[in-house]
Amino acid sequence: MAEGRSRAFYVLSAVFALYVLFLYGPTITILVLSFQGPNGGMTFPMNGVSLHWFHNLWAGIGVPNVVDALINSLKLGLVVTLVTVVISVMAGYAFRQKFKGSNILFFTAIASLILPSIVVSLGIALEFQLFNQTITGLGDRLVENYVDIPDPTMWTNFLGNIGILIQDNFQTLMGLFTSGLGAHLTWTLPFGLLIMFAVFNRFNPAYEEAARDLGASSWQTFRYVVLPMIAPSLVGVALFGFTLSWDEIARSSQTVGSVNTLPLTLRGLTTTVTTPVIYALGTVTTAVSFAVIGLAILAMLIAQHRRKRHGSDAGKGTT
Amino acid sequence: MLEMKSRWAPYWQAAPLAIVFLIFFVLPLLVTLAVSFWTYTGYSIEPAFVGDNYATAFDKCLASLPDLCTTFRTYLSTLKFCLMVWLITLVLGFTIAYFLVFEIKSNNMRLILALVTTIPFWTSNVIRMISWIPLLGRNGVVNQWLMGVGLTSEPLDWLLYSNFSVVLALVHLNTVFMIVPILNSMSRIDKSLVEAAYDTGASGWQTLWNVIIPLSKTGIAIGSIFVITVVMGDFISIGLMGGQQIASAGKVIESQINALQFPIAAANAVVLLAIVLMIIWTLLRFVDIRKEL
Repeated sequence: MAEGRSRAFYVLSAVFALYVLFLYGPTITILVLSFQGPNGGMTFPMNGVSLHWFHNLWAGIGVPNVVDALINSLKLGLVVTLVTVVISVMAGYAFRQKFKGSNILFFTAIASLILPSIVVSLGIALEFQLFNQTITGLGDRLVENYVDIPDPTMWTNFLGNIGILIQDNFQTLMGLFTSGLGAHLTWTLPFGLLIMFAVFNRFNPAYEEAARDLGASSWQTFRYVVLPMIAPSLVGVALFGFTLSWDEIARSSQTVGSVNTLPLTLRGLTTTVTTPVIYALGTVTTAVSFAVIGLAILAMLIAQHRRKRHGSDAGKGTT
Repeated sequence: MLEMKSRWAPYWQAAPLAIVFLIFFVLPLLVTLAVSFWTYTGYSIEPAFVGDNYATAFDKCLASLPDLCTTFRTYLSTLKFCLMVWLITLVLGFTIAYFLVFEIKSNNMRLILALVTTIPFWTSNVIRMISWIPLLGRNGVVNQWLMGVGLTSEPLDWLLYSNFSVVLALVHLNTVFMIVPILNSMSRIDKSLVEAAYDTGASGWQTLWNVIIPLSKTGIAIGSIFVITVVMGDFISIGLMGGQQIASAGKVIESQINALQFPIAAANAVVLLAIVLMIIWTLLRFVDIRKEL
């Protein structure tokens, strides 16, 4: 490379720079516009600088569900993250050995990642509708057959009461933490699984053998040897889990029942709101995403640092 | 004892994953397939085995040939978006991956620049689409600039809520799906192969065409699968950036769900699924995904 940079380098650098501008430019525009003055509109010029639209957002912008939606998305995101990490690690462990059905399971995961979200979302919605119809139907049948009948016994009364209970109380199984959670998992788990594949493909089993030779149980080997070593990658899985759930919209669209998540609310607002308050909401959402990314990177660095400092001699042997 | 444990361990370890996919992915797909043959009333869906839903979905499509019916036109327009977005993201993604792998010499720099291209993936798609409004709207930055320099006298209307803005947004959101797998394939290419090509007299383009592209094939195929399947099923971006005026296969399904015509929506979903699976099957003939992990 003594002759210096080629012309291709400069051309490609320019392409890359333009791409980065294309990638970030629009988002930066709305970050700036969300600080628009109280009388400013949805485009430039800026009419003063203020936090007016953030106050407006916090006051509920006349759409009372925005704060609820934000809380729903946070709660769901945290549950999705936790479940994704646990299930991915377990499955990652499983895939280190060959087992019956491992290929089918792998291709199911890949299929779940790439099949159209609207199809998955519709499927889950239909499935839950069938659950609901089955349960309601059962309730009606029980009431019809066992309530106000000629010779009631304890047994028929019991069945009749169950029927009444269903009729009075049951509405739907569909909800944020049933169908909604499941829909999000079909999206986050394939990512988690692929990350664990990458992790365990590069993981040297000699450390586990050493632990086992020294008398550690399977659980101890996992807890004190494997877990500290894969911790940085688990932060990565968590990052994917939370951010994918936080921004998920297509699979949520038919599956969260009567409540709304933040992206769904935001999508609804795009057609009704014509003030910069929607940019303020965008800024808040993006800020949460960036905070999570920042925390994740920080946690990864800390985990790596700790491993280097007193992580026994694990990781020093090879390379 | 240890033997026993390790033999059964993979099964309980994989069980949670298998159960989640069974309940929330496999079963829903089967239910969709079944319901596509059912009938419906205003408030419930009833088991049956009828082809009515498919007949409704393709109403008069065969009779009116060679004129295209609405359904065919919708699928054709979706395929058109797919093709355009695929070509643009492929060229763009390949160029950027090439730049990062072959033109950036420092590993740290490469990592940082790769991160720069992937970070927006972790932020909201809806917001990234809304971000185009102040740029492309009637009074937006682009129109103000065009009028400022005198290129047009009136604001251009086709910048936003048009085919143009749909393609722009889809490229904006999905190029990362091309960059990452191509980057992954390309960074495994032995640099000495490229040197050898140059040493034996190949030009830059010849090296690109005969060495680098064939060796990046797997990444290209994986990226293509991602982009094509995302665009084929899209209804959010086409809805938002098309001002809810442009039809797509996904949007048809969505509006039928909203009209509570579940069995017809299911029939359309089955058709969409079949098309997507055919595309994936074609692309998979070129690669073995498991080799890439």
